[in-house]
Amino acid sequence: MSASVASGPRPRRLTPGRIGLYAFLLTAAVFFLLPLWIMLITSLKPMEEIRLGNILALPAAPTLEAWSKAWSSACTGLDCNGISVGFWNSVRILVPSVVLSIALGAVNGYALSFWRVKGANVLFGVLLIGAFIPYQVFLYPLVRIFSQMGIYNSLACIVLVHVIFGLPTMTLLFRNYYAGIPIELFKAARIDGGGFWTIFLRVMLPMSVPMLVVATILQVTGIWNDFIFGLTFAGRENLPMTVQLNNIVHSTQGERAYNVDMAATMLAALVPLVVYFVSGRWFVRGIAAGAVKG
Amino acid sequence: MATVTVRAAATGAAAPAARPRIGRGLPAALALVPTALIVLVVYVGCMLWTVRLSFTSSTLLPKFDFVGLAQYERLIVNDRFVVSAQNTVIFGVLFIAGCLVLGFLLAVFIDQRVRGEGAFRTVFLFPYSMSFVVTGVAWQWFLNPGLGLEKLVRDMGFSDFTFDWLVNQEMAIYTLVIAGIWHGAGLTMAILLAGLRGVDEDLWKAARVDGVPPWRYYLSIVLPLLRPMVVTATVLLAISVVKLYDLVVAMTGGGPGIATEVPAKFVMDHLFERNNIALGTAAATLMLVTVVIIIAPWIYARYVRSKGRR
Repeated sequence: MSASVASGPRPRRLTPGRIGLYAFLLTAAVFFLLPLWIMLITSLKPMEEIRLGNILALPAAPTLEAWSKAWSSACTGLDCNGISVGFWNSVRILVPSVVLSIALGAVNGYALSFWRVKGANVLFGVLLIGAFIPYQVFLYPLVRIFSQMGIYNSLACIVLVHVIFGLPTMTLLFRNYYAGIPIELFKAARIDGGGFWTIFLRVMLPMSVPMLVVATILQVTGIWNDFIFGLTFAGRENLPMTVQLNNIVHSTQGERAYNVDMAATMLAALVPLVVYFVSGRWFVRGIAAGAVKG
Repeated sequence: MATVTVRAAATGAAAPAARPRIGRGLPAALALVPTALIVLVVYVGCMLWTVRLSFTSSTLLPKFDFVGLAQYERLIVNDRFVVSAQNTVIFGVLFIAGCLVLGFLLAVFIDQRVRGEGAFRTVFLFPYSMSFVVTGVAWQWFLNPGLGLEKLVRDMGFSDFTFDWLVNQEMAIYTLVIAGIWHGAGLTMAILLAGLRGVDEDLWKAARVDGVPPWRYYLSIVLPLLRPMVVTATVLLAISVVKLYDLVVAMTGGGPGIATEVPAKFVMDHLFERNNIALGTAAATLMLVTVVIIIAPWIYARYVRSKGRR
């Protein structure tokens, strides 16, 4: 990490150019932070103050009322159980999806890097191309297949969908990672009599911790932020937080409570934001590695 | 370490050349069976199924007749689809250009040994960690004319100030561009910054000796060196343009009227709400063709041609 030293011209003293540079960066920072800041202060105001006051004004008496309302009693259509329902649904979708997609990706990457299997290159090529294809191309046939299997609109269905569409990135990630491990190591393990699974579980997996972390960051943010799959495959009982947020915000019932909307939005953004701020550079590594998927 | 990976991904080393694999055995083949099934059934099967459906007259339920290009002929005279396609072009050009320009400027400025580099990077990239739904809702609130930016400026004393883009048929698409750039510029910056860190420092010294001004150095010397990263970023951004859906649903709902409809939303609505499967799958097939046109040259350059050079 220390390798990343700025390569630009060496700074001299505080020249007008230097001041302009900081002015630009600070302006940009304001542009990026403003929506988050406005969300936060709006969520802390009562509706009265929002209607009369100014969107940038600090709340006169900050209150968490909107947050508690957003969490436990905001309405989507006729249900008024708040976004907590969506939060727990997202958690129930997230955990098995992340674990299964990473497990499958790791096994794939390992098999593709060290083992000779007929047709493996073609398989990998198709998978890579599949990563670029818009999801709309797959959705309708998938709905039909899942209906036939009798699992459409269930937790199993949405988890399976996340595993399917996480597969290209996860496989690519682990394949590239294992490609960097010396083949001699694998040979030695083979000579010691290790089989496919023994070598994977005893040798490769313990060496994969950095990639497991990156993959987890990537999958947690990606799956948590998913909207289209949750909307299409999860069913009414399992709608993830993003879908529920959209329903709350665009619910036609009664007057719009912007403070509750913003509190709900903050709540929906919380998990990826925490992942982002805690993981720091690892996050950058993750998106760069997964960037092929986009 | 992190930067090295970023650079590797950005320069196209994402798929290292296949090396001789030495293990043999049934378990390896068995382990790949689930993936092979998924690739066959979903990635190949569902795609062909969708393409096939686009040549039928299916409405609520799929039929397997053959009506040739009839659905495509209906599509190109369908107002909503035409607007969707135009919006993709408008949004695509402005969003990609915006992200590249802003991302490049941010990367170059951050690369000037500034104080608080880490903090700036964190701030510029955080929107990328959030969902498009959150992005859309946040910007919708900020830009709404009644209580948002317009009212803010009016309250400051400019009582004629109007900023009603969000509810203006002509301008609503540009609010999506702003929100999109907010979300994606940080990613572009991260990719380009990784590239900048790979530029030889001696280049700047040489340029300095020759009296080249900094802006000229970055535009004429550095930018051409960053070509692979610019291409990668452009492809990634272009794909997110074709996929654009959540942001529209959350921010404008396709409105006012049909002013901000996009192809992905057209497909979703026709498949799952309007019960017009054939028209929906025809639109999906056109999206597929668009993506193929975007990525085919890139895949060729990155994987096929570079393999020959190795």
